[in-house]
Amino acid sequence: MAAEVVTVSRSTVIDAPLDAVWGVVRDFNDHDQWHPVVRTSYIENFLKADQVGAVRNFLLTGGERVREKLLTLSDREHSFRYTIVDADVPLQNYVAQVSLKPVTDGDRTFWSWSSKFQTPPGLEQEMAKLVAEGVYEAGFDAVRQRVQRTRQATQSTAVHDDSITAQPGSSMLITRFGGPEVFRSDKYSAPAPGPGQVRIRQHAVGVNFIDVYCRTGYFRALNPPAVPGLEAAGEIIDVGEGVTHLESGQRVGYACLPFGAYVSVRTMDAALVIPLPDGIDNITAAGGLLKGITADFLLHQVSPVSAGETVLVYAPAGGVGSLLCQWSNHLGATVIGATSNPEKIQPAREAGAHHVITPGKSSLVEQVLELTDGHGADVIFDAVGRDSFAQSVAALAERGHLVSYGQASGDIGVWDIGSLASKSATISRPNYAHYTDTREKVSAIAERLFKAIEQRIVRINVNHRFALEQAEEAHRLLQTGQTTGSTVLVCDHPV
Amino acid sequence: MATVYTSSIIDAPAPRVWEALRDFNALPAWHPIVEDSRIEGHAASDQVGCIRAFRLSDGGFIRERLLALSDYDYCCVYAILESPMGVEDYIATLKLTPITDGDRTFAEWSAEFECDPNREAELVEQIGQAVFQAGFDALKQRFGG
Repeated sequence: MAAEVVTVSRSTVIDAPLDAVWGVVRDFNDHDQWHPVVRTSYIENFLKADQVGAVRNFLLTGGERVREKLLTLSDREHSFRYTIVDADVPLQNYVAQVSLKPVTDGDRTFWSWSSKFQTPPGLEQEMAKLVAEGVYEAGFDAVRQRVQRTRQATQSTAVHDDSITAQPGSSMLITRFGGPEVFRSDKYSAPAPGPGQVRIRQHAVGVNFIDVYCRTGYFRALNPPAVPGLEAAGEIIDVGEGVTHLESGQRVGYACLPFGAYVSVRTMDAALVIPLPDGIDNITAAGGLLKGITADFLLHQVSPVSAGETVLVYAPAGGVGSLLCQWSNHLGATVIGATSNPEKIQPAREAGAHHVITPGKSSLVEQVLELTDGHGADVIFDAVGRDSFAQSVAALAERGHLVSYGQASGDIGVWDIGSLASKSATISRPNYAHYTDTREKVSAIAERLFKAIEQRIVRINVNHRFALEQAEEAHRLLQTGQTTGSTVLVCDHPV
Repeated sequence: MATVYTSSIIDAPAPRVWEALRDFNALPAWHPIVEDSRIEGHAASDQVGCIRAFRLSDGGFIRERLLALSDYDYCCVYAILESPMGVEDYIATLKLTPITDGDRTFAEWSAEFECDPNREAELVEQIGQAVFQAGFDALKQRFGG
């Protein structure tokens, strides 16, 4: 006897605007962040969470595995459908739909979550209850709490802003995901620093490619309207309770989460900011901290480079690439730069690359082997990703180390690690946050970086400056690949 | 093409709200700006294709044809045949959806039409507020929402 089809439909109203709710539920890989029954979630095969066809793999709090595939996703209808591919729970032919609609009367959100499925005879009621209450209604409550908590946080900041202690300033925020035109200048107030916080009058803000990814929505890291940016420098206005290692008037910089650096005044956790020595000006710090810290931990912690080794650096004239060339050269390594742009050969040589290879008659692998008498590269710094990964592995020396620190050309995909055995190769995929998430880690890196800048081992070239209000123009230039070195936004502070 | 979308929450179960709305001739009973209404040609008011002719409290005269009616989806679709508003190809949809949480009703009223581009913003505001939202406000009051 064929199992009956069970239909479950639940709906609710969330007291938050549609965009805020969609910002939470749209992410197909985010349920472990809010749904009480989902312990962990990941997307299989390195697909993006908004790629139709992506499969999410849930471990539920009860220990069950559930794999679900995204069938449809519509940012226009604010809806998606998904199906269970396989599960440790008796749900067959399960297809569910999540759909949001705006309640214009009161700027709220109507949310419906429904499904059809089959289950062995006798289990219909139990499974319908589990899905309706354990999954859908529990999800409604969790998102309601999450969205309303966020709103309260925003509101309490707003209240704070109105107090006499708020420091007025300006911000550049993105009004929605899109091109550089989505920037808008807005008033912004930094609240008085709470315990463990400092308030900073920012003089320069670093512009990085991650800001472009945040603006376009390629990284769903921001929920517009929101302020992007990870890096800035300036001076401390005042410090909160319990902050003893920093004082008013001191010059500081930072390069870390949370986003929100495109502002003229900002309140930050004191543990995240770095005191700047006299030899490092605000512009250099804002243009060099993120890239310099990255180059430092790649070269000194992820893969310590020593004299006599051969280092291959992709994008050797780029922000981090140029620092890797300069620093590896200083450490006594033979540096090979790899670029596809002939105009970048000269800047790469100036950065310290002994050899610069470009696509030509022979492949990158052949050119590396020729330059190293068949040895290969001992260390490869590769942020290109999909287009370079295979050749990087092939160009490694025996016991060589590939440091994959980005994927500008796209995700690398799935590789069989058995093939690394032919040369005992090792691969790292470092994450900035894990090298910079405590004051101790950041202090050690910053000390080494500042010394390297002051001793001219590395040079931070800030070649492009814009006013904070010109974030749109800065992004346009960065996107077209026409920048060299770093780009910063300069904040104006009327006296 | 101009579009208007207005939605609201009525604090009563969808079948009850639908009872009040499904009668194509019942506008004067629940909508505050409609004075009187009749169905032309002795048709029934739930006969798809029927035409309602009604007068607004400001004296305006409107004729509308019922294009679709669904007791399954709690939905009705109609077109304006004649009105003083200056709209062409006007088609509107009124739809109710049950909200299981609290046994309430999600009500949506939307329209698409052509008009003089200079008057579009004004018409969208007028239809969205004075017609659709005013109707919802009356329903909310009636059903205690």
